[in-house]
Amino acid sequence: MNAPQPLLVFEHAARAYGDVQAVAGVSCSIAAGSFVALVGASGSGKSTLLKMVNTLVEPTGGRVLFGGEDVSMLPPARLRRRVGYVFQGIGLFPHMSVAENIAIGPRLTGETLAPERIAELLELVELDPGFAGRMPDELSGGQRQRVGVARALAGEPELLLMDEPFGALDPLTRDALGTKVRELHERLGLTTVMVTHDMAEALLLADRVLVMDAGQLVADETPRALLAGAGGEIAQGLVAVPRQQAERLAAMESPA
Amino acid sequence: MGDIWDILPGLGDKLAAHVVLSASAIGLAMLIALPLAVWASRSPMVSRIALSLASLVQTIPALALLALFFPLLLSLRTVFGEGLPTLGFLPALMALTLYALLPILRNAVTAQANLDPGVLEAADGVGMTKWQKLTLVEAPLSAPFIMAGIRTAAVWTIGLATLGTTIGQPSLGDPIFAGLQTQNWALVLAGCLASAALALAADNLLWVIEVGLARRSRLQTFGGMAVVALGILVALWAQNAGSEERRIVIASKQFSEQYILAQLIGSQLEAAGFAVEYRDGLGSAVVHSAVASSSIDISVDYTGTIWTNYLNRSDNPGREAMYETIRDWEARENGVKVLGRLGFENAYAFAMRGDRAAELGVASLNDLVAVAPQLTVGGDPEFFERPEWIAVRDVYGLRFAGTRNFAPTFMYNALSSGEADVISAYTSDGRIAADRLVVLEDPKGALPSYDAMLMLSPRIAGDADVIAALQPLVGAISVEAMREANLAVDREDDRKMTPKAAAAELARKAGL
Repeated sequence: MNAPQPLLVFEHAARAYGDVQAVAGVSCSIAAGSFVALVGASGSGKSTLLKMVNTLVEPTGGRVLFGGEDVSMLPPARLRRRVGYVFQGIGLFPHMSVAENIAIGPRLTGETLAPERIAELLELVELDPGFAGRMPDELSGGQRQRVGVARALAGEPELLLMDEPFGALDPLTRDALGTKVRELHERLGLTTVMVTHDMAEALLLADRVLVMDAGQLVADETPRALLAGAGGEIAQGLVAVPRQQAERLAAMESPA
Repeated sequence: MGDIWDILPGLGDKLAAHVVLSASAIGLAMLIALPLAVWASRSPMVSRIALSLASLVQTIPALALLALFFPLLLSLRTVFGEGLPTLGFLPALMALTLYALLPILRNAVTAQANLDPGVLEAADGVGMTKWQKLTLVEAPLSAPFIMAGIRTAAVWTIGLATLGTTIGQPSLGDPIFAGLQTQNWALVLAGCLASAALALAADNLLWVIEVGLARRSRLQTFGGMAVVALGILVALWAQNAGSEERRIVIASKQFSEQYILAQLIGSQLEAAGFAVEYRDGLGSAVVHSAVASSSIDISVDYTGTIWTNYLNRSDNPGREAMYETIRDWEARENGVKVLGRLGFENAYAFAMRGDRAAELGVASLNDLVAVAPQLTVGGDPEFFERPEWIAVRDVYGLRFAGTRNFAPTFMYNALSSGEADVISAYTSDGRIAADRLVVLEDPKGALPSYDAMLMLSPRIAGDADVIAALQPLVGAISVEAMREANLAVDREDDRKMTPKAAAAELARKAGL
């Protein structure tokens, strides 16, 4: 079987802040169409690695190839229009309506999105098309992040980057939106990289989990393999948390 | 104070000039501060330096800042040529712009610093260029805060613009300064009222725009802007209407005599068919350079002042020689035509109460020498440092029992209450007549003369019609007539006159 063409390749990618190595030479490649979760504790370098892809962070060593091209050679504005970006801060523009927020990417290149397309994008993230005219401060946190996802998808990106996208949401919303994103990933044939500190979320949504620690990639496994005990000590330490929680909950349910 | 309502309608052209000056200063400050704020938001170093400099400007007293631009612009003439104006609109604009920078800059920088980092990350994330980020995100989100800074700047600027008067820029400060000097409180109040009303109106209009920006209401924002623009356009139109030919500009320093003489000169010229314009209340330090540079056309200056301050002489060659030397020096060095002397002096002199002088048998400084050790001499705060005092003291060998400083207004009270026996007075002061004081003779000529002279700028120095209109004033005004006119303006009772009325009376007495 032929391995699919890698869409994204990290070649010894590194980023230092003064003496601190946030990312200390990471190499790996991500195939088109895969859903990859990037997991690690706070400060492990996972967000920094993600932001090197859309050059919000410039590497201090190595390089990142997107579709075979070095991202630092591409004009940043053009690159970012091919890469959807969803992050914890959401960052809806408070002075623009929902429709204007969604249409902002295409607008930057002089395109206008038809109202039908905006309605379609809202429906993708399960929002009523009537939301188009609302302002961001009239929405709940979950609704805002749905708009954030719709905005990221508006430019028909090849790659979707998500940095703790559901971190600030309540558990119910978080679960629903996670499932929705996975469904969109399939339906739209996206390649998705999601940063999360929540191993359970990573195991349930992704088909490949990368574990980072102190700027290094310490595990690269499928969820099934991780649950079967692969990936080493640090990865297993992260897997242990949701597993033990599940066991304790199961123990409470079973008759004494 | 019912006359305020008679004065206010006449302030239209001052108001127009005030609006144009303030709007220009705020506009220019915005042009400088807003790009600077963008730069500052990207460089903490620029931010620190820019804000420190803008704050530093605020520590300079406004009057000093305004006056400092005069020598600065004068020296810049070597670069930009003689056409560079040194008084009036340009220096006022520059000083007010500097003052307006701080609130605009500080609010703009603070607004930028307080933008939600998530929103800025999203702007980068969706692929905005720096320019798109600035225009689509940073500017609209900062706009209400920047507008608040502009409001503060507008209120400050409109208030400070009244000081434009001191450097020859017409403004609502004209009635304030004229009123303060001639103790015409209705005039002062009218000027204050008009500038306060203008400041409030501007503040409210800009507030409407600020709220419009915050609520993202285009109608309100652009409606407010349209009204502001309309106001400025009307002021510009009013200012330019009827000023197609250059008028003859008559200056006055900040005391009553100068206001009266300016009116007297103005009425002579108007009678001869000239259009005139008054620049009242100029700082005394700028008047001479202003007439030499033709920024103004006519001033009345005093021989002793020019002798000491501009010829830098401390000797006393006598009244006639001093005048002739000055006349020739002005023509040679500055192209200023000294048309002649008006006939009176406003010199330093020593005065005593009439009864006290008679009692002691004193009529001249010579007589004073013997009795001085029993007497107290009073002077204005700078008098005992001035060369006039030192000259008199040393020439006559005067030794007083004591010297005391009084504010000029209180010197006369001190004399009548006996706190001082002799005071330094100004010879043309109206209170000499009112209090029936005796001015002591100076037989040794120790006190330099302060003959009032008519000075014509190089621009009109050769204008035969102007000279013909003003020639009758030469030698026409006696010190008694001038004292009476000064008293009429300075007095507090119901016989108080405006400088214009006093000038008319003076003209009548002089047979003009």
